Amino acid sequence: DWDDIPPSSALEVISEEEAVQIIAEPLLPVQSSTLRDYVDHSETLAKLVHLGVDLSQVEKRQKAGQLLLTLDFEKDVKKILLFLKDVGVEDNQLGPFLTKNPYILGEDLEALETRVAYLKSKKFGKSEIAQMVSRAPYLLLFSVERLDNRLGFFKNELGLSVKKTKDLVIRLPRLLTGKLEPVKENLQVCQIELGFQRNEIQKIVYKTPKILTASKKRLKQTFDYLHNIMGIPHHMLTRFPQVFNSKLLRIRERHMFLAFLGRAQYDPAQPSYISLDQLVSLPDEVFCTEIAKASMQDFENFLKTL
Amino acid sequence: PAARCGSAPTPAPGGGGAVELVAAKVPVLADHPLVQGPRFRKLKIGAGDRLDVKASGVFVLGIGHGNKLLTDLYNCHLTKVYTVGGLFGKATDDFSDTGNLVEKTTFDHITREKLERILAVIQGTNQKALLMYSNIDMKTQEAYELAVRGLIRPMGKSPPIITAVRCLQFALPEFQLEIHCLHETQQYLRKTVHEIGLELKSSAVCTQVRRVRDGVFTVDDALPRTQWNLQSIQEAIQNCQLKVETELERTL
Repeated sequence: DWDDIPPSSALEVISEEEAVQIIAEPLLPVQSSTLRDYVDHSETLAKLVHLGVDLSQVEKRQKAGQLLLTLDFEKDVKKILLFLKDVGVEDNQLGPFLTKNPYILGEDLEALETRVAYLKSKKFGKSEIAQMVSRAPYLLLFSVERLDNRLGFFKNELGLSVKKTKDLVIRLPRLLTGKLEPVKENLQVCQIELGFQRNEIQKIVYKTPKILTASKKRLKQTFDYLHNIMGIPHHMLTRFPQVFNSKLLRIRERHMFLAFLGRAQYDPAQPSYISLDQLVSLPDEVFCTEIAKASMQDFENFLKTL
Repeated sequence: PAARCGSAPTPAPGGGGAVELVAAKVPVLADHPLVQGPRFRKLKIGAGDRLDVKASGVFVLGIGHGNKLLTDLYNCHLTKVYTVGGLFGKATDDFSDTGNLVEKTTFDHITREKLERILAVIQGTNQKALLMYSNIDMKTQEAYELAVRGLIRPMGKSPPIITAVRCLQFALPEFQLEIHCLHETQQYLRKTVHEIGLELKSSAVCTQVRRVRDGVFTVDDALPRTQWNLQSIQEAIQNCQLKVETELERTL
């Protein structure tokens, strides 16, 4: 209507007091590749930082940053955090857990509870479930059928009893979350190329499940050095499978040092026998003084001559 | 550290009712280390003279601003010392013991004197090449003084030159040589071993190439793998700084 008061234009003069009361803040950027711009304005992100979540890692993941911004702390995130505490994840572990798996905050609470109930029905104890969940953060993202399939797969492939399979999975829950094809191929490599019998493979895998996820090239190189150059037979390797986990360079340096000193004896029947697990697992100083009976300086000088 | 320049309203002193704005810095979460990520993400490292995959020994690295010193050191043209191990009786296509075997020969007729005679011949030919490439007129007094002090060096690009060879160990069929050289590659050293074998009417392959000295850096300064930590690296840098500076001043 022509008679109404026209709205005040932006170019009108206003008094000092009114000017002081206008608060103008810079706008939030509409698009950004880091979460730094939004951290101050979002309560969810601020609370997550206080919990210990590393946002610089999270923003590198696909769509995780977007998910965190759209969530509301009070309604969604709080329920899931309480649920995780219920399952048994420690308070100080929540930060690293969410850094590795931020997608869990977008999951449905009922689906998560069904999965935990399924694990309990398979007779995993409460503390064991807590351990598995904290070490493999992606575990609770898998649906019940997928978990079932994977447990069945391991039981069939390895041929171990139910109790032993469960023990294995508790110690290395990454087996359930990782890909299955490399595991199958590793088992084939162990049987065909390295020449281990089926019961030997079972013993080795039960002792060091990490062999199933190790790279095939590294396994073959380590085995080649141990068997052909150091001359260690299969049954010794079955007794000490930890050697497959250690670095080839370490084994090579220490073996060459012992051979140089004339103490490279790996047969338990002979005197001054050196066991394989002591060869790889001891730290350098202890290795030098006790096994090689030489000083650290001699070891370093020898390393320089290689 | 980023901070928001916020304004905190404070009551004006003396006058009731009026509100004044005071500029204050409000700490901001955007600077929290968990949000920003690690501070140092990259390190500029440059390498000195190349070392083969099969060779081992002293390898000079420059970090950050040290890369400029690397180019200066390269222009100094200092000699490098290698320990080369060889084996008589075999010849392979890439002159080392892991290549495809080409021929096998006898080596019983080789003695230490014959080997040393061949080494002296090699040293002689290389000495002539050294004098030729250092571009100094041989008839001047200056050239004589430099030669007396042993400072004749090719100061530009040149093919590989061996300044000195010495036989360290000789136990048939293995032998070990110490070679001082300039502008070489490890493959050239292996080829030299092969040629020594041919000269002795047999054949030889190279089993080990180890760099003992690279200009001013020796094996004693070098850090083995057990000492690859910040403390030792800092100490090593400080120890070598003086040596590098004196060498650069002397040459340039």
